[in-house]
Amino acid sequence: MTVSEVRQRDTQEERMGRRRGVAAVRGAGKMLNRLPTWAAVLLIIVVVLALWQLVVSLGTISELVLPSPLSVGGQLVIVTQQLIGGEYLLGQLWITIQEVLLGFGLAVTVGITVGLIVGQTEFGRKGVMPIFVLLDATPKIAFAPVFIAWFGFGIASKFLMAAFMSIFPIIVGTAAGLAATSEEEIKLFRSMKASGWDIFWKLKVHRALPFVFTGLKIAVVAAVTGAVAAEFIGGGIGFGEQVRVAAARIALDRVFALILYLSVLGLLLYLAVAWLQKKLTFWDQPGRDR
Amino acid sequence: MSSMTRTRSEETYAVSGLSHRYPAGDVLALQGIDMVLPKGSVTALIGPSGCGKSTLLNILSGLLRPTDGGVTLFGSPLTGPPDEVAHMFQKATLLPWRTTLENVVLPIEIRDGKKAAKAAYGKARDLLRMVGIGDFEAAYPQALSGGMAQRAAICRMLITEPEVFLLDEPFGALDELTRERMDIELLRIAKDSEATVVLVTHSIPESVFLSDRVYAMSARPGRIEEVIDIDLPAPRTLDTFSDPHFVDRVGQVRRALNRGHGYDGQ
Ligand SMILES: Nc1ncnc2c1ncn2[C@@H]1O[C@H](COP(=O)(O)OP(=O)(O)OP(=O)(O)O)[C@@H](O)[C@H]1O
Ligand SMILES: [Mg+2]
Repeated sequence: MTVSEVRQRDTQEERMGRRRGVAAVRGAGKMLNRLPTWAAVLLIIVVVLALWQLVVSLGTISELVLPSPLSVGGQLVIVTQQLIGGEYLLGQLWITIQEVLLGFGLAVTVGITVGLIVGQTEFGRKGVMPIFVLLDATPKIAFAPVFIAWFGFGIASKFLMAAFMSIFPIIVGTAAGLAATSEEEIKLFRSMKASGWDIFWKLKVHRALPFVFTGLKIAVVAAVTGAVAAEFIGGGIGFGEQVRVAAARIALDRVFALILYLSVLGLLLYLAVAWLQKKLTFWDQPGRDR
Repeated sequence: MSSMTRTRSEETYAVSGLSHRYPAGDVLALQGIDMVLPKGSVTALIGPSGCGKSTLLNILSGLLRPTDGGVTLFGSPLTGPPDEVAHMFQKATLLPWRTTLENVVLPIEIRDGKKAAKAAYGKARDLLRMVGIGDFEAAYPQALSGGMAQRAAICRMLITEPEVFLLDEPFGALDELTRERMDIELLRIAKDSEATVVLVTHSIPESVFLSDRVYAMSARPGRIEEVIDIDLPAPRTLDTFSDPHFVDRVGQVRRALNRGHGYDGQ
């Protein structure tokens, strides 16, 4: 056996060993890929929580800086009890829910109306829409102190902030949606002597809906952010204030528990919008127009 | 016939000296088109892609105003989409949020409202059954094949019982056998309702089989190369396809198209 032959055999064995390792990883990967969504999400959450607990339990990170999942869980139970008991905390959550719903409702009404006006004309789409896109790109949250200054410490400044945070995607989505109708469809309606009203209601509105919903899904999450941000800045009301107070006491486990509730609020609203979208735009399958 | 009181012209369409130039790209799509379409006649337009067939149909349906020349419908100048005309476009263009049945009654809904549209469901079902897609009335267009969508679009065109059918490659997505069946069905409906038909096709045999007259066109700019009268007896059946006279006319159309293409002779 020459040296080169030996080297060749070595590398061959190495390669085969590596291949076996790769195959094992691939097998595990395939198993993971077969998991249903809920199981995959659950698996990741459990692994992350376990690692998190481990890191805190081992003392790598102090409980003061990062509360353990178990203590957050404990706080979650306390917060839930306080909510169910109908105490002060429930009233605060209700204030935040009102702010979000009022703000989102306002953004939907005004946003769709403005979007319809802007999207109706070529001038609106070319001249006015870029301005709204630009406004949407600003860090809108920085305006929260301005809203407090303008509209006071009450609920008004909060829901107006929520509306401000969420209105732009709705305007842009609606305006863009109005341009989504194809030339052929307009021709079809014109050949049937359809009125402008019919073309709007029986055609353009349907074609616009998927775009409107894209805007609404971004908006509903932004509305929660806007309301909570305004609560942080001033007024001493709402769930955001509870978060701020707990954080000031460095009760981070309670902060996490409260944030979890805010996340659930955002998620529920998002799911409601997504559900409505599925109902109304069930037909929206790209590339299957006949 | 002189005793007949004529309230309307005997001709459905009269086109004279018609030209159309698209401003976009400055394309001369049609030049010097003259044609007379008698009432109850079937006319086929055939020619290379881009020779202006769809443009001509759009002008006949009042969707497009020609840059030059005149078009009269039943003796009066065309100013917009007329009631008597139904147009079937090259693309089926079904609305994906409506079922097949709801798509078929759309012209009724737009003309007479929702109630009238509901009342027309029975008639729409008959039409769908006639073109062989009766089982798909409740399906949404996404579930239809291209050929099925075209047949639904034909039903949508027929539902208003128009006097004039403008058809832009109506059977382009159909297999040969279904296509022949649909051709025969279409002729029967047209004859029964005494409708005037203008039909664009890329199939030479189909153009001869269906029509009383074939306009062979050539491109750049779109012109009429030759008008070929098809003097085949009615009713036309599957036997027509093997009639020597039919084969003759097919050859004549083919030669006209070749000439338009600049292939002179063969
Ligand atoms: N809206 C438009 N704007 C500019 N040019 C157009 C427009 N529509 C058609 N054209 C041009 O006019 C010419 C004729 O087009 P048309 O669609 O009438 O052809 P066609 O005979 O129907 O072709 P095909 O058999 O491919 O359907 C083409 O050169 C096309 O590029
Ligand atoms: Mg065409």
